Amino acid sequence: MSNVPLDVIPVDAAGAAEAAEVDAVVPSRKRFVFLRGAKAITGMVIIGVFTLVAIVGPWIAPYDPDEMTADLLVKPSWHHLMGTDHLGRDVFSQLVVGTRGVIVVGLVAGVIATVLAIAVGVSAGFLGGVGDEVLSSLSNIFLVIPALPLIIIICSQLSEAGNFVVALVLAFTGWAWGARLLRAQTLSLRRRDFIEAARASGEKTWRIVWFETLPNLTAIIASSFISTVTFAVLSQTTLAFIGVTSVSDWSWGSILYWAQGNQALARGAWWWFVPAGLLIALLGMALSLVNFGIDEFVNPRLRLAGLSPREMRRRKIRPRIGFTVVAQDAPRAVARPAVVPVTGPAEPADESLPAAAGPRRGDGPTGFEPPSALRRAASAAPGAPAGPGASAGTSDHEESAR
Amino acid sequence: MTAPATARAASGPSAPRERRPILEIRDLVVDYGYGEDRVHALRGVNLTLHEGEVLGLAGESGCGKSTLVYAATRLLAPPGYISAGEVLFHPEGGGAPIDVLRQDEKSLRAARWQDTAIVFQGAMNSLNPVYRIGRQLTDTIAAHRPEMTRPEREERARELLSMVGIAPNRIGSFPHQLSGGMRQRVMIAMALALEPRVLIMDEPTTALDVVMQRQILEQIMELRDRLGFSVVFITHDVSLLIEIADRIAIMYAGEIVEDAPAQDVYRRPRHPYSDGLLHSFPPLRGPRRELAGIPGSPPDLAHLPSGCPFRDRCAFAWDACAAVPPRLVPPAVPDDAEGRLVACLRHDEQAVRYAGFEPLPVPDRLAL
Repeated sequence: MSNVPLDVIPVDAAGAAEAAEVDAVVPSRKRFVFLRGAKAITGMVIIGVFTLVAIVGPWIAPYDPDEMTADLLVKPSWHHLMGTDHLGRDVFSQLVVGTRGVIVVGLVAGVIATVLAIAVGVSAGFLGGVGDEVLSSLSNIFLVIPALPLIIIICSQLSEAGNFVVALVLAFTGWAWGARLLRAQTLSLRRRDFIEAARASGEKTWRIVWFETLPNLTAIIASSFISTVTFAVLSQTTLAFIGVTSVSDWSWGSILYWAQGNQALARGAWWWFVPAGLLIALLGMALSLVNFGIDEFVNPRLRLAGLSPREMRRRKIRPRIGFTVVAQDAPRAVARPAVVPVTGPAEPADESLPAAAGPRRGDGPTGFEPPSALRRAASAAPGAPAGPGASAGTSDHEESAR
Repeated sequence: MTAPATARAASGPSAPRERRPILEIRDLVVDYGYGEDRVHALRGVNLTLHEGEVLGLAGESGCGKSTLVYAATRLLAPPGYISAGEVLFHPEGGGAPIDVLRQDEKSLRAARWQDTAIVFQGAMNSLNPVYRIGRQLTDTIAAHRPEMTRPEREERARELLSMVGIAPNRIGSFPHQLSGGMRQRVMIAMALALEPRVLIMDEPTTALDVVMQRQILEQIMELRDRLGFSVVFITHDVSLLIEIADRIAIMYAGEIVEDAPAQDVYRRPRHPYSDGLLHSFPPLRGPRRELAGIPGSPPDLAHLPSGCPFRDRCAFAWDACAAVPPRLVPPAVPDDAEGRLVACLRHDEQAVRYAGFEPLPVPDRLAL
């Protein structure tokens, strides 16, 4: 009955060409989708500007920040963009030069703390047993150590507490929180089927950790990195502000230290401390914004949606489990029986065809072209899609089918 | 195996039972994603479920069976997006049909479970392990029937359990104390708790052994005969579907390609895809025949070919298939059951002529 050879499938040339064309389009998918979000872009731009200033700061600063002049406590002007302090030093130059300290401490502390958190957290989650106990206790101990007093003690013991030392101290006191998070997530991942399958198929542990587990932890790692950077920036500012670190190294915190020590508030010299405070707030905001962006990027479900959150709000799309979004003013079905009009095949009813094919699919308000329209366009040139030999080939084939 | 089925087929759909529609899906277009590059998972599906009918949905994985029922109940998880269509639910005792897609959340919530209940794929894992099944059964009743007292609810839960063949005294059991089949039956009992008029079953028995599968299906069919609800049954197991369903809709690439009484689909498939599907499993009786299968794989829904989506895998495709999208029409075979529909150009001479091609006759294989 069915002697159809499986390998003889009539594929017409046009179809193949079309498929090839489609394949060519596919790889041009947008990369770095998370950069499309306005939030992430804003955050990245702000951080980028700060990083740039951190690198070139000493060269672009209009004055030497330590240079004392006779212009004591002058208000912001074109001459001194953000005024001067009680020794006539230019506040703007201090801010520009001080950016390096903040960024270096933030990034170095963030990177080291994240690496530590991954090492301890993921190993604890993976090892289980005694190893887990030891590493968990370790991170629990670090978690309950009051970080700031410890940092103050360490920094005061070290004679010359430079930026790297501060960063190291901050990293060593700030990793525990991320390690706990990562351990918890690793524990839940470890029992999932795909990890068990990798183990069963004999993958090495480092491979399972590196290629199976870590990609699933990206969101947590990223957010823990960002929050550690925020923590480090704030701590560095605090330390500089209370004068624990070297006050001759410029940073936003040491500007505040000098301002505080010389009654800037009481003297009404707002330009002395407001810009530094605003910059700290701005950097913190930028870090949070990037965090949101990473979240959207890492969550494949959010990525698949393919629309920016703002665009979704504009179209009143609110994705939720249990209530599927229906297109606003989605076209209703055409008023007719649910079944396509019954017209006998022999009956020459010319108008019934477009009527049946036309309203079969609605045109969405969101620029979605219904497939029927595309197909009708294709059918407008009936001869074109078929190769010359296709017709003969299929009829031959049909003979063999019979 | 087919004896009860043929008996039902004789008395069932072809008998002049009143065919009142209960759930009408019209021109439903469902996408995944919201942006420009979204995938059109359903492309204008029309399907009607009648009262007391068992409608089977069959087709390969990824052809849109589950998407169809979840979209029709608006349960499709993000990024599912219904971009066009209507889903009309006809309320009990007549009255204007309700469009589920335009219902506000409150009334949708109230209507769910009461009008339409679903038994999910792998439903037995939906039970919360820390609560006794009795509590989980009465939860729904308490939410939808606040006027019922606690003893009444308990009584109803016992009744439901015995309805699905579980001893009522198991009401105090925890889910882990029940076997997989029993848990599945608890889920079915739960779905029936409010006597819904439509029961949607998405592969409810896939995880179960054949004995349990048979028991559960017999129970469902018995309950259907007693309570008179309609069933939409999704499964990959076409032979099972042929046995239990009154009508079968075969889906392919987000469209319905054939919609016909179950026995007709089995004995006289009209669409080449249905034909291929039916030749993909061995018949239990009758002459031995070669298992053919269907060559190739379903098309990428994001990049559908023009014309008929099945043409690349079809033994009967010719040049018109690349240009004309098929629509659901009555098959061009005389004496076919009324209401039978097929989306194949071999049966749609008129559309082929309209597009300027020379129509070809229906192949013998599709005109049995």
